[in-house]
Amino acid sequence: MYTVDYSKPQDARAAQVEDADRLAAFDARVAADDFIEPKDWMPEAYRKTLIRQISQHAHSEVVGMLPEGNWLTRAPSLRRKAILLAKIQDEGGHGLYLYSAAETLGVTREELIEALHSGRAKYSTIFNYPTLTWADIGAIGWLVDGAAIMNQVALQRTSYGPYARAMVRICKEESFHQRQGYEALMVLANGTHAQRRMAQDALNRWWWPSLMMFGPPDDNSPNSAQSIRWRIKRETNDELRQRFIDATVPQAEALGLSIPDPALKWNEATQHYDCGQIDWEEFYAVVRGEGATAKDRIQARIDAWEKNAWVREAALAHAAKRSTKQAA
Amino acid sequence: MSNVTPIWEVFVRAKNGLSHRHVGSVHAADARGAVEAARDVYTRRAEGVSLWVVPSSTIIASDPGEAAALFAPAEDKIYRHPTFYVVPDNVKHI
Repeated sequence: MYTVDYSKPQDARAAQVEDADRLAAFDARVAADDFIEPKDWMPEAYRKTLIRQISQHAHSEVVGMLPEGNWLTRAPSLRRKAILLAKIQDEGGHGLYLYSAAETLGVTREELIEALHSGRAKYSTIFNYPTLTWADIGAIGWLVDGAAIMNQVALQRTSYGPYARAMVRICKEESFHQRQGYEALMVLANGTHAQRRMAQDALNRWWWPSLMMFGPPDDNSPNSAQSIRWRIKRETNDELRQRFIDATVPQAEALGLSIPDPALKWNEATQHYDCGQIDWEEFYAVVRGEGATAKDRIQARIDAWEKNAWVREAALAHAAKRSTKQAA
Repeated sequence: MSNVTPIWEVFVRAKNGLSHRHVGSVHAADARGAVEAARDVYTRRAEGVSLWVVPSSTIIASDPGEAAALFAPAEDKIYRHPTFYVVPDNVKHI
């Protein structure tokens, strides 16, 4: 929180007169790479876009704890277990930084969580895939966190101050996530025949969903153009996706694993890798929340919220009792 | 009693000799809970040696809309800066 007025009623905000002068001044500030801070005037659509994007990002961090938590009790060694636990704790922390950034825009934590539970708010589609083997935990760190880092590094220069600051913290912590995943896969890739096969199978299943994490292609991304103008997004989905592919292909080669894309090849003219078509039908099906895993994920969040309600209530009751005693 | 856990602003002193610096916020029912949450959220990698938590509702901020009027007078008093004064090059240590 950065001292925004939380009590500001919803309708007063909507009634805010967005006169042309203020809008022009806002656009000029953004164009000059100035940061926008919580109490500054901003167009209502800018505020709404940020709330949607930041809360979606926060939900992704928190839901992202679930597929990894699935392997916590079955990690192959104490070392791997301690690492995984630290990584999952980081993801919870990242969710909190982001919820805090969203709250500076005049929305409450409770409203954000309610939107997730009711299905109104989305989270990254990647977390609706199951983690079937231990190699999936390595693949998530390497590919999923790797893709997230590409996106988040760009967002460190996003125009909204609290979001940018959250990204700086997150990026600092995130690079261990990618490295630990790569290292876990490296052990499997250099292991027995069965371990090798397990690593390749994980890459086969996580490669395409990781590419989809960057969102729809630029020519079919309805919110992109305005977000780029407002410098909420600094680079387009396709630019970031290409950078990820270019960085990741040599990493796969170093593991001795093959990327499951027969069309993938180096293009000497563009100095980039060309790749095959992404199955966007699958992407939109996962966005719509189809499939058993999506239902499990949300149910796990709802259960955590409802079954732990008594802890929140007890803490508040305790605080109230203590402050009455102190007043007496 | 409200059902909503209050928000606290968190400040961390990175090491002795430096001032506390704002790092973000947490939700907690009371001050002790806020310190514990702040430790878990903001100091997982030895980022600090001391924490402050302050109820967000107690912070009074200046109005950004008034920033021009509030801070402008500083700009036309350039004689408050040492570079305003011309001193010959051969005069040292000043």
